[in-house]
Amino acid sequence: MAIEVRIPTILRTYTGGEKAVDADGATLTALIDSLEANHPGIKDRLVEDKGNGIELRRFVNVYINDEDVRFIGSLDAALSDGDQVVILPAVAGGAR
Amino acid sequence: MLQIDQATYDALVEHAKRDHPVEACGMVVGPIGSDRPARHVEMVNAAGSPTFYEYDSTDLFQLYKEMDDRDEEPVVIYHSHSATEAYPSVTDINLAGEPGAHYVLVSTREHGNNPGPVEFRSYRIIDGVVTEEEVTIVDTVIPSEESS
Repeated sequence: MAIEVRIPTILRTYTGGEKAVDADGATLTALIDSLEANHPGIKDRLVEDKGNGIELRRFVNVYINDEDVRFIGSLDAALSDGDQVVILPAVAGGAR
Repeated sequence: MLQIDQATYDALVEHAKRDHPVEACGMVVGPIGSDRPARHVEMVNAAGSPTFYEYDSTDLFQLYKEMDDRDEEPVVIYHSHSATEAYPSVTDINLAGEPGAHYVLVSTREHGNNPGPVEFRSYRIIDGVVTEEEVTIVDTVIPSEESS
């Protein structure tokens, strides 16, 4: 099974400059592990430790077929063959 | 150096003044590789805060999708500081996610919503390193390579 993952500019150092790569997994967690296997280091940019597990970093947005994964289970969001995943860093900041 | 046309510069300043004291935010996007800020896209500050800004995640997705469809990229990523100088904060530096973009800061601390000059400064933010650059305001930014 292949799921296309669109990689933002800032993470393309992990994909040899590729804008999109294939990965697989039945959940977003599994997909990120599959990405990590081929592009070591990328996982740490996407998730962080939280208690006994991991969670999506606050300022990383991931979309499955145009939908923000935070509304569909976050790292547990289900994936199937042919889905399209887009990763975008948040655009945020401020004087605080 | 950032080259920006007068009309776009004025639009960014007007946006910052209008939203004061909330931080205003947005982008000026342009053809990929052109370094030409061509199309101003005002974004809603989903945080609605005087000290923080963040694009709504759905708006962010739509914007990137639109840029993708139009072969555009972020050329200028701007926001305002309403009580402090137009210099990137630690938050701005940590969250800067577009190494190819010019990060523009507009400070409205002096005149708020009223007419009057603002601080308008531009930076590159790459791997946590901030480099200020000159801002040149022109009538029209001449496209560099894109037309050839």
